[in-house]
Amino acid sequence: MIREDLTPEVALELAVELGLKPAEYDRIVEILGRTPTVTELYMYSLMWSEHCSYKHSRRVLKMFPTEGERVLQGPGENAGVISVGDGWAVAFKMESHNHPSAIEPYQGAATGVGGIIRDIFTMGARPICSLDSLRFGPLEKPRQRYLFEGAVAGIGGYGNCIGVPTVGGEVYFEDAYEGNCLINAMAVGLMREERLTRAVAAGPGNLLLLIGSTTGRDGIGGASVLASQEFDERAEEKRPSVQVGDPFEEKLLIEACLELLDEKLLVALGDLGAAGLTSSASEMASRGGVGLEIDVTKVPQREEAMKPFEIMVSESQERMLAVVTPENLAAAQAVCDKWGLRSTVIGQVTDTGRFVVREGETVVADVPADSLAGDAPVYDPPAQRPGYLDEVQSFDWHRLPHPDCGYLLEDALLAVLASPNVCSKRWIWEQYDHQVMLNTAVLPGSDAAVVRIGDTGRGEMTRRAIALSADCNGRYCYLDPYLGAQIAFAEAARNVACAGAVPVAITDCLNFGNPEKPEVFWTFREAVRGLADACRFFGVPVVSGNVSFYNESFGNAIYPTPTVGMVGLLDDVEQRCTMAFKREGDVVVLIGETDDELGGSEYLKVVHDVVAGRPPALDLALERDVQATVIEAIRAGVVNAAHDCSEGGLGVALAECCLAGDIGASVYLSDDLPPAVALFSETQSRVVVACVPERVDDLIEICDRHEVPYSVLGTVGGDALVFNDETRFPLQRLREAYERTLERYVGSAEAVAGADE
Amino acid sequence: MRFGIVVFPGSNCEQDVKHALDVLGLESRYVWHGEQDLSGLDAVVLPGGFSYGDYIRCGAVARFSPVMNEVVRFAERGGPVLGICNGFQILTEAHLLPGALLRNRGLKFICKEVTLRVEASVCHWLDAEPGSVLRIPINHNEGNYFCDEQTLERLNGNGQVVVRYCEPDGSRAPGGSAPNGALDDIAGVCNERGNVFGLMPHPERAVDPLTGGTDGRVVFEAIVRRMAKIGS
Repeated sequence: MIREDLTPEVALELAVELGLKPAEYDRIVEILGRTPTVTELYMYSLMWSEHCSYKHSRRVLKMFPTEGERVLQGPGENAGVISVGDGWAVAFKMESHNHPSAIEPYQGAATGVGGIIRDIFTMGARPICSLDSLRFGPLEKPRQRYLFEGAVAGIGGYGNCIGVPTVGGEVYFEDAYEGNCLINAMAVGLMREERLTRAVAAGPGNLLLLIGSTTGRDGIGGASVLASQEFDERAEEKRPSVQVGDPFEEKLLIEACLELLDEKLLVALGDLGAAGLTSSASEMASRGGVGLEIDVTKVPQREEAMKPFEIMVSESQERMLAVVTPENLAAAQAVCDKWGLRSTVIGQVTDTGRFVVREGETVVADVPADSLAGDAPVYDPPAQRPGYLDEVQSFDWHRLPHPDCGYLLEDALLAVLASPNVCSKRWIWEQYDHQVMLNTAVLPGSDAAVVRIGDTGRGEMTRRAIALSADCNGRYCYLDPYLGAQIAFAEAARNVACAGAVPVAITDCLNFGNPEKPEVFWTFREAVRGLADACRFFGVPVVSGNVSFYNESFGNAIYPTPTVGMVGLLDDVEQRCTMAFKREGDVVVLIGETDDELGGSEYLKVVHDVVAGRPPALDLALERDVQATVIEAIRAGVVNAAHDCSEGGLGVALAECCLAGDIGASVYLSDDLPPAVALFSETQSRVVVACVPERVDDLIEICDRHEVPYSVLGTVGGDALVFNDETRFPLQRLREAYERTLERYVGSAEAVAGADE
Repeated sequence: MRFGIVVFPGSNCEQDVKHALDVLGLESRYVWHGEQDLSGLDAVVLPGGFSYGDYIRCGAVARFSPVMNEVVRFAERGGPVLGICNGFQILTEAHLLPGALLRNRGLKFICKEVTLRVEASVCHWLDAEPGSVLRIPINHNEGNYFCDEQTLERLNGNGQVVVRYCEPDGSRAPGGSAPNGALDDIAGVCNERGNVFGLMPHPERAVDPLTGGTDGRVVFEAIVRRMAKIGS
């Protein structure tokens, strides 16, 4: 008998309190044919929350191309998986942990990393690296510094402990993120193709084994309370909804789960993330078309007197749910014991198709397993082009007074170089272990990280490598969501190309405001359309991703931020390329062509305090050809440095090449454009390369063959970056501007010399 | 010659040490923390990581694991023992090496390549020319070496300071060259006998040229040379 513990009136009241709409409540009553119980209401409210069900985004996401010859697993599982050659496969996904981090940055960011790492080894892959895409408000504000420092420490604290290198990422500081920071974590894992594991429950009579931490009250309602609502003055009260991470437990889980899979002891494996046991179990049952029965009294609890609903939706971290046959139970538990992990049988697979939760003998929930994961409502919210777009796009930046010579121009370049959005991110990545596993062939700080494909621990090495980059300029997306999303794709692909790799697949993390507002939903739809069109043009599928809505506080939405996590492939890791100028006498060439495009630029913001204008145009065909040119030139050994022009324009790109290589360059900029435009225009599809002097003709031949414009800018050498023989920036001066910004705001990570004396 | 690489729950550089030894063509096997038999091994490495989550204090729990009794006995018999990063912390907790590793002075985790000056020492694990400079990465939150004055005097007097943080030219900055604030810029020390060596930098990260130079090779090569000499 089911425990009927609610009257219809109270049930409806509770449903609304839990974030369900009255119509959604009615649908639940219809599915069950009776008044739901407390436990059932919690389970539905979580599974039908925006965070778990994608009810506002699902239709729009269908625009993405998700198939391709390399795709072994597309969206719908814990992570996407692609084949990378020689029987190796790479699993990857990006996910947001924005709302928890805005309340408690260290734990929010740490558990964000923990969650995405679990998604990876759930697929059977060993996590081999992660990247992070972060957004905060301006660093002048103390709260923003607290969030920034806390999030970086949390990412490091978790990632460093589990021994997975954090190899790359990006960060921007904009007013729009002040009330809602973004913490997007991407993880990548490696496995042999045949190891691919899916979270599909099967075989009635098989046992549900809960592995890892005990279950507490932490994170109850995380997905519904935190992730699916806007922030207001009650944000602080939501602190109990933030989970707390234990990276040591996670490290043991990684090793134990991979060993369980090695020994072929599992039927299925799933991680407990948002909505905890409810989501993990119901999704496994739904995918397998089977039923499940769980007894909550069997679940090891870390707090007293927990209610069944609390146990079912707790988001306590570092827990995995496995399906094992009765014959393999003892062996599976022995592996868990070896790693010092708790493992408990909490239920079994049934053939009823129902998800039954018992508290001892009493049934507290009994619902069609499919209905939690499969029957969530799907909405087509109204969309309306935001009124602000006409105003910001019509802004004519030509009317501003632009510096055209001498110290004004010098000051402008140094100011842009020192901007928190452009400056060196060394302060961040030196707090992350970016080398463990000994496969990081290009360290953080270049356009893309390069990670060798190989299992160092087993001596299984290859010559292949993947190149990784996470990118999104939210300002462009604010000024034009369709174009901005395309540029996010183009830049991610270009970064990977600058490492010598061919872009092959992406994951995405789509961060937006409240989708129930027509103007927000319009920007979401446009951004997805832009990204989908770019993916299709490049033949690069989306294999996994995440949508994060309700990134608003006090009614103000963030910039639309569709972050792209790109994976590219290099056949020979020895051919990897970095941005650093390397040799005196090399010829500096710009592939692509600078246009008159200062709209939305870092220069406009830093020098004129203006965020307006049209973002730079993007010609997808030219972008593709420029990338093909760069990749071919790198692989042919014609160029030994490549760096894409993005925020800050050509001036910044050249300075970065010089600083990375600790060598100067003398370059000449075209007279056709005003100096400020030549230096700061953020025209897309441009790459600075350093060409071996005796092979300039080869480079020109490659450019011509791809019908890509190019111009010879000058030569590498000396200890200063010199423009047109007259404006001279000693490297020391550039370094002072570029390297010191973050520590000026948040203090040096290193000991202060003599501070103890 | 066969190396044993001890794996504690939470170790995370054991595979890196194995890879480095593979690259150098040296034989090795993992030793699980519950094992109590080190026979057949000629040298033991305690790798980096977060043994037992570094709870209580880095290395404080690991020193009580079963394998450590054997490591202590192995060291007392003169067997070569190398502790890298967390391994160094464990060796100090187990009193195989003097001193302690405090939290970095800047209170932040630091992962970067540093320069180390080779000191004249009795260490069996390093026979590079004193004064030469090595480029090897560090990767820690608690690498701020500390000991009392008498111990420091003894370390200096006995030639137990093996490597010091230094400027790229080998000099030491007046205010200290240690990024973590370590006493007297100490990056690694050995016991009086020279067979037990602990250091915060990761030599195994500087063995494969693809991922970070080759300056770390000297550590593994030195012990191989020494063992070969003894064996012959």
